[in-house]
Amino acid sequence: MTDHILSQNSPAARDIDVIRIREMRRYRLNAVLRYALLGGVGLLMLYPLIWLVGASFKTNSEIFSNPGFWPENPTLDGYIKGWKTSTPYSFGTFFLNTLWIVIPKVIGTAISCTAVAYGFARFEFPGKKVLFAALIATLLLPNVVTRIPQYLIFRDLGWLDSYLPLWVPSALAGDAFFVFMLVQFLRAIPRDMEEAARVDGASTIQTLIFIVVPLLMPALISVCLFQFMWTMNDFLGPLIYISSVDKYPISLALKLSIDTTEAFEWNRVLAMSVLSLAPALAVFFLAQKYFIDGISSGGIKG
Amino acid sequence: MSGDNKFLGLFYLSPFIIGLLVFTALPFMASLYLSFTNYNLMNEPVFTGLQNYIRLFTNDRTFRKSLWVTLIYVFTTVPLKLVFALFMAVILNYKLKFINVFRTAYYVPSILGGSIAIAVLWRYIFADVGLVNMGLQLIGFEPVNWFGDPTNALFTITLLRLWQFGSAMVIFLAALQSIDKTLYEAASIDGAGKWTSFVYITLPLITPVIFFNLIMQMVQAFQEFNGPYIITQGGPLKSTYLLPIYIYDEAFKRFDMGYASAIAWVLFIIIMALTLIAFWSSRHWVYYAGDKRS
Repeated sequence: MTDHILSQNSPAARDIDVIRIREMRRYRLNAVLRYALLGGVGLLMLYPLIWLVGASFKTNSEIFSNPGFWPENPTLDGYIKGWKTSTPYSFGTFFLNTLWIVIPKVIGTAISCTAVAYGFARFEFPGKKVLFAALIATLLLPNVVTRIPQYLIFRDLGWLDSYLPLWVPSALAGDAFFVFMLVQFLRAIPRDMEEAARVDGASTIQTLIFIVVPLLMPALISVCLFQFMWTMNDFLGPLIYISSVDKYPISLALKLSIDTTEAFEWNRVLAMSVLSLAPALAVFFLAQKYFIDGISSGGIKG
Repeated sequence: MSGDNKFLGLFYLSPFIIGLLVFTALPFMASLYLSFTNYNLMNEPVFTGLQNYIRLFTNDRTFRKSLWVTLIYVFTTVPLKLVFALFMAVILNYKLKFINVFRTAYYVPSILGGSIAIAVLWRYIFADVGLVNMGLQLIGFEPVNWFGDPTNALFTITLLRLWQFGSAMVIFLAALQSIDKTLYEAASIDGAGKWTSFVYITLPLITPVIFFNLIMQMVQAFQEFNGPYIITQGGPLKSTYLLPIYIYDEAFKRFDMGYASAIAWVLFIIIMALTLIAFWSSRHWVYYAGDKRS
């Protein structure tokens, strides 16, 4: 815009050309510097991951002698032996266990958080302000302070060494972050369609399912993806609640593997690390738009 | 709608209300109570007044060490991470091709960094003959004893969390992109340089997200568990024995639930106090658009 105004008013058009060329040059130099910095940082950041993949195909002696990506004597030993694990169960068992924790938890989160967000965003009722304040308070409340009594509650319920302590709090909209994110999203959606549906005789539940949920979908997908990632990565929850090895998720199985085989079988541990990261990476690359949108709009930790 | 039962909203909130009562409010109060008791899971809790707290502050060198290490960890990791995230966001906020590729690449560690697999990887790459030392030797430096030296050991965990700067960066970048470009044009016509524009236009306008990131990163850093638990196991010489690990050990290894609750409450009060200070001070440095205060 400034260029345009200048070219109309300035008496000397040549000067402007000179300025423009100079600006172009500055832009290019600036761009080159930025690319160099971005590329350098990017390589530094991603190299550990790249090396990890290469190292998982190396022999044990090569892991601590070759800083390069490419294995000198590629071997599948790490994967074959690592998959068998040092327990009576294969890594496949731990993968299935992880899925069996993650999937019900994600579904429970999606349903409960949607219902609660709908309640907050679309209804007036007694105590709403207090409850919303409680939501914000839970959002800021460090888990560390509630963890011990929660453990005692689950013990009294007889839920230790089962997945219930991992599922149930989330199915009761325990992740305040997601509720908050969905409330923010809902508030920005006009209510016209919902009101029209209600006038036509739809109940609030019908309105929620057929009108609100489709509109909420992008935010809801973000919620599911984040819950998926966090639960895949969760270590402390299973560490506290799961004690039988046959119920271990991959996070505990990996910890077990470094305790038992690390002294000499590095490539097994690295190979299983690669496998345990693969689902999260795949989901991220398939759905990165939702991650970036979710994080920029709702503001999610990570 | 106006005809709705006024309790309909509460119906939708019912999962949240049950969860709030059973899994948040009740445990919150219970942990405060437990912190005044002696409770080892075998017998009923015995009320012992302030004894746990007195022991913590007068007769527990592990606690003092752990508290100190936790504070050092938080006060180095959070500022470093925020400054680095903001710096990278500023670099990215420019008309360049492939911006999205870089943004995605930088975000990958944030997705994976919390996992045990990455903590395991960290153990390997910072080992005496690991990738980092191999790299250092390649460019002519001496190898560093990462896990044997107390300062270095804590720094490996700081580096792991710094590596995850992507999520904070994405939030900064969204804020930077929402700034009205004409402000910069006006400033440059008035003769302001790049740095002046950054300090007087960019920074004030993004203070809300700086504030948000600060609170989030701080609360998270105080609860760091996976990194030190897997990478350094609290050592050497308890130099990475952060409070959450101490709490875990007291509660789930020694089953001293009362004492562990007392430590958890000290940690909670520190986090709350710092959060409140941040909120209180935010009136003086956080700028909200449309706000009449100047």
